[in-house]
Amino acid sequence: MSRFVQIERRRQAIYGWILLSPAVVLLSTFAFYPSLATFWSSIFSRQTRRRPSEFVGFENYSDLFADPTFWKVVTNNLIYAAATIPISIAIALAMALWANSKIPARGFIRTAYFTPTVLPMIAAANLWLFFYTPGLGVLDQIGGLFGLPSVNWLGQPSTALWAVIIVTIWKEAGFFMIFYLAALQTIPEDLKEASDIEGASRWTYTRRIVLPLLMPTTLFIMVNALINSVKLIDHLFILTKGGPNDASKLILYYIWEMAFAFFDAPHAAAMTILVLLVLGIVAGVKFTVLDKRTHYQ
Amino acid sequence: MSRIIQNIEPIGAILLAIVWISPLVFAFWAAFHSTSDAVNFNLTASWTLDNFRTAWDGAPWMRYFLNTFALVTIILIGQFVVTTLAGFAFAQVRFPGRDLMFILVLMQLFILPEVLIVENYAMVSRIGLFDTILGVGMPYMASAFGIFLMRQAFKGVPVELHEAARVEGCGWFGILWRVYVPLARPTYLAYALVSVSTHWNNFLWPLIVTNSPDTRPLTVGLSIFGAPENGVDISVISAATMMSVAPLLLAFLIFQRQFVQAFLRAGIK
Repeated sequence: MSRFVQIERRRQAIYGWILLSPAVVLLSTFAFYPSLATFWSSIFSRQTRRRPSEFVGFENYSDLFADPTFWKVVTNNLIYAAATIPISIAIALAMALWANSKIPARGFIRTAYFTPTVLPMIAAANLWLFFYTPGLGVLDQIGGLFGLPSVNWLGQPSTALWAVIIVTIWKEAGFFMIFYLAALQTIPEDLKEASDIEGASRWTYTRRIVLPLLMPTTLFIMVNALINSVKLIDHLFILTKGGPNDASKLILYYIWEMAFAFFDAPHAAAMTILVLLVLGIVAGVKFTVLDKRTHYQ
Repeated sequence: MSRIIQNIEPIGAILLAIVWISPLVFAFWAAFHSTSDAVNFNLTASWTLDNFRTAWDGAPWMRYFLNTFALVTIILIGQFVVTTLAGFAFAQVRFPGRDLMFILVLMQLFILPEVLIVENYAMVSRIGLFDTILGVGMPYMASAFGIFLMRQAFKGVPVELHEAARVEGCGWFGILWRVYVPLARPTYLAYALVSVSTHWNNFLWPLIVTNSPDTRPLTVGLSIFGAPENGVDISVISAATMMSVAPLLLAFLIFQRQFVQAFLRAGIK
């Protein structure tokens, strides 16, 4: 009997690893090895025709910390995250509550909210270009009706980043709405009935019952929004190219520029490692918070 | 007055919807009008298809469409194979190292392929896949999200079915193919929709790995077409944009309910 169990166990182990092998090979090739290789290349100097690449320790990192552009880009990205995360979550929540309530034209409203999600970021940027173009754009035309002067939204440092932020919020709010909608549908009807019997207003019901029950969803969306604030940079290529004067440049765009426009792979690698560190911290927080959540259930 | 307060929410909801849809509506309108009419909001102006003609002649769009289509298909097939096998292993097979491997897979949720562009570019070049559609698709095939999703779906399959198939003499692969895969069909559909819409819209990685019109997907083609250096006017850009989002947008409008359901399912599990 025990021999049979042992054979079965061994068989399962072999099957398990065979089934897993394609995923292991691909993940190693395109995630784990590149992560290590990135770290490795971040501690070597840049190879030029005259000088071979040599070990420099953390010099690339200290170069970055001494580089004002780097700090500018980090600040931009922090503003980008601090603006897009709460605003898109708040809008998504409002959208979901509305799209879930008995409201006229609900079908149209849902479609309108969700449509930006299925568009490529590049297309979204093209659409918004039509809004932002100075003189001709929709915003200037509307401003013109009220006698406001023409504004070069994308061309001046004080507004460029905000113009980019607005496009991101427009793009992702509808996506987050979906998660809230899903969560709203799991709230039992009895809670609404009970609060009606107790004479609670709709506002009280929303604030005291719905919002607390949506907390786990909010956490989940927050992590997604945080990842997006690193990842969503496609529209920069169309709208501002990080300019003017780096005013709207974000970290991932800077990494791309460093590696593929300035051909400075080591500094790009150092920056990548810093981003991975931050994402790692986020991952750690997420898993501990999620652990706490499952503890409650 | 109280009437207004009572209706303030529907009004807010509809206003927000109008604001949200307006960029698309304006671009749609501009695509069918001459630039000067579009810019001056001449509402009585006549409709025209000239912008589409100009845009269509300005780039090999047919090629771009085919490339994007090939790309999303290759990725989807790869993902289905890889995530099915791995998801099944994590859900139903006991083997040493399983939990550790699962943690590694979960970690990949945070090691975004987008962040590793430099080394992935080196890797793709090294294995000779630079400027190929397969090279664009490869890094996404072992999707941690997909593996996680399939594991959840397979975990929900009743043990009795598994046992019954085994008693009938079905092997491991037969059980997977005849019991688990059919039962997980809704999850496959959801995952397919999410995957296709994600990769139809992906830009940065294809931009780096493709270098010729023969491999370039729509998004990269569109960005090159609309680059200010090319001096294309806004109506033509709008037409090109409309053209390249049309298939996905139409599919979305037709299958809206399924689409939203798919996102819901993919999101909560």
